[in-house]
Amino acid sequence: MPDRAEKIRVRCTLNGAAAALEAYPMARLLDVLRDEAGLTGVKEGCGEGECGACSVELDGEIVNSCLIPALQAEGATIRTIEGVATGDQLHAVQQAFIAYGGAQCGICTPGMVLAAVSLLKRKPHATETEIRAGLSGNLCRCTGYTKIFAAVMAACRDMDRTVEG
Amino acid sequence: MLGREPGVWRPFAGGTDLMVLLEAGKLPHQKFLSIWKFAELRGIEVTPESLSIGALSTYTEIQRNAILQREFPLLCRAASETGSVATQNRGTLGGNIANASPAADSPPALMVYDAEVELISAKGARRVAYRDFHTGYKKMLMHDDELVWRIHLNRALKRNREYYRKVGTRKAQAISKICFAAAASIERGRINDVKIALGSVAPTVLRAAETEKILKGEKFSSALLKTAQETLSHEISPIDDMRSTAVYRRRVAQNLLGEFFDVMSA
Repeated sequence: MPDRAEKIRVRCTLNGAAAALEAYPMARLLDVLRDEAGLTGVKEGCGEGECGACSVELDGEIVNSCLIPALQAEGATIRTIEGVATGDQLHAVQQAFIAYGGAQCGICTPGMVLAAVSLLKRKPHATETEIRAGLSGNLCRCTGYTKIFAAVMAACRDMDRTVEG
Repeated sequence: MLGREPGVWRPFAGGTDLMVLLEAGKLPHQKFLSIWKFAELRGIEVTPESLSIGALSTYTEIQRNAILQREFPLLCRAASETGSVATQNRGTLGGNIANASPAADSPPALMVYDAEVELISAKGARRVAYRDFHTGYKKMLMHDDELVWRIHLNRALKRNREYYRKVGTRKAQAISKICFAAAASIERGRINDVKIALGSVAPTVLRAAETEKILKGEKFSSALLKTAQETLSHEISPIDDMRSTAVYRRRVAQNLLGEFFDVMSA
C-alpha cells in the first residue's frame, strides 16, 4: 500500500441524512461505510468490481463501493440497503424478494436489491431481458437467479398496482 | 501538478481499473489526482461536422446519448458491453484510452471511426489520430504531464455497413477474449472503403490495415474472403493467456471477419 495521507472529513448525504465521515482519501468507500458509518449491509465479495455485493447508489446511480475512493464521495448523495425501506415499510423489491425466495445466503442480496431498485427507478416497466441485463453485474452463487428475476418482475407489477391504485 | 512533478501524480477518474490495482498493491504511484469533478473534461458536444466527447464521459452517458446511438452505434455497443451497469456508471472513455489495455472494448470502435484524441497539459492542447496513439503494450503518445481531454468523431465519415462483436467467457461483465469492430462503405456490390479494428489480438488495439487493403475496391467472392482471412491471420499476433489461447483467437478473428463479410455483402 502507498503511504497514506492524513485522514480527511468526507461530507455527504447518507441515506437521507447529512454525514461527516473520517477517512483516508484513498480508503475504499466500502470500508468507510461499514467501519465508520456502521452500515454493514454493504457487503464485500470480490473487492475488484466483479460481483456487485458492495453496490450502493452514488448520486442516484448504482456503483461498486469497493472501487470508489473515499475522497470521491465528498458532497455525494449515497444510499445503501439501509436506506431503501421507508421506516418499517419495505420497498416493493424487498417485499418481492421475501415473497419469491429471492435470497438464500444473503451476501449478494443487499447489492442485488439496490441494483433492482435503481433499475426500476429508470425503467419502471423493465422487461425480463432488461432486468437480466440490469442485474448482470450482481453475482449470486446460491439461487441460480431464477427466483431473483421472478421477484423483480413481481415488484414491477406491484409498483404498477400501487401507482394505479 | 502533473507538469511540475512528472510521473509522481497518477490521474484518477472513475477508479474502475485503478482501484483494483491499488488494492492489489500494483500501483507504484504514491499520489493520486482525482480528476472526476473536472468539468472541462465532461460533456458531449455536437457541431454539424463533429462530435466531441469529454474524456470523463461514462459508458452510461455514451449509451444514453441519442446522436451517438444514431451515428456511432459501434461505440454505444462497446459501451454497453464493457463491464456491468455499476462499471459503466463509473468507467470513462478517456480512462479506457489512457489505461491502454489491448483488451479494452471501446478502442476498436474508436479506431474504426477514425477518432482523434485531444490531449491537454499546462503547455497547451494537441490532437493526434487515435490509430497512431497506442505505440506498444501500455505505451502511447501521451506524456506524464498530459491528460486525455476530448475524443473527436467526424460525422461525415461515409459508411453503410457496421459490425461489432465482443467474444468473452460470459455475455456480461467478462473481459474480452477477442473484440472485432468494422465499418464499410458498399456501393453496387463493391467495397469502396472498409475499416477493421481488433482488440485482444496484439500488444495494442490494432487497425487491420493489410486486411483492409485486400478488401478495398473489390467485389464479393469466396476467394476474396479466403485471402482476407489469411491476411488477417498474419496481421494479428495473439498470445496465450488466462482468458484464451492464440490458436482460438486467430480462428475466431477469421470467423468474425467472415461474419462481417456476410454483413457487408447482405
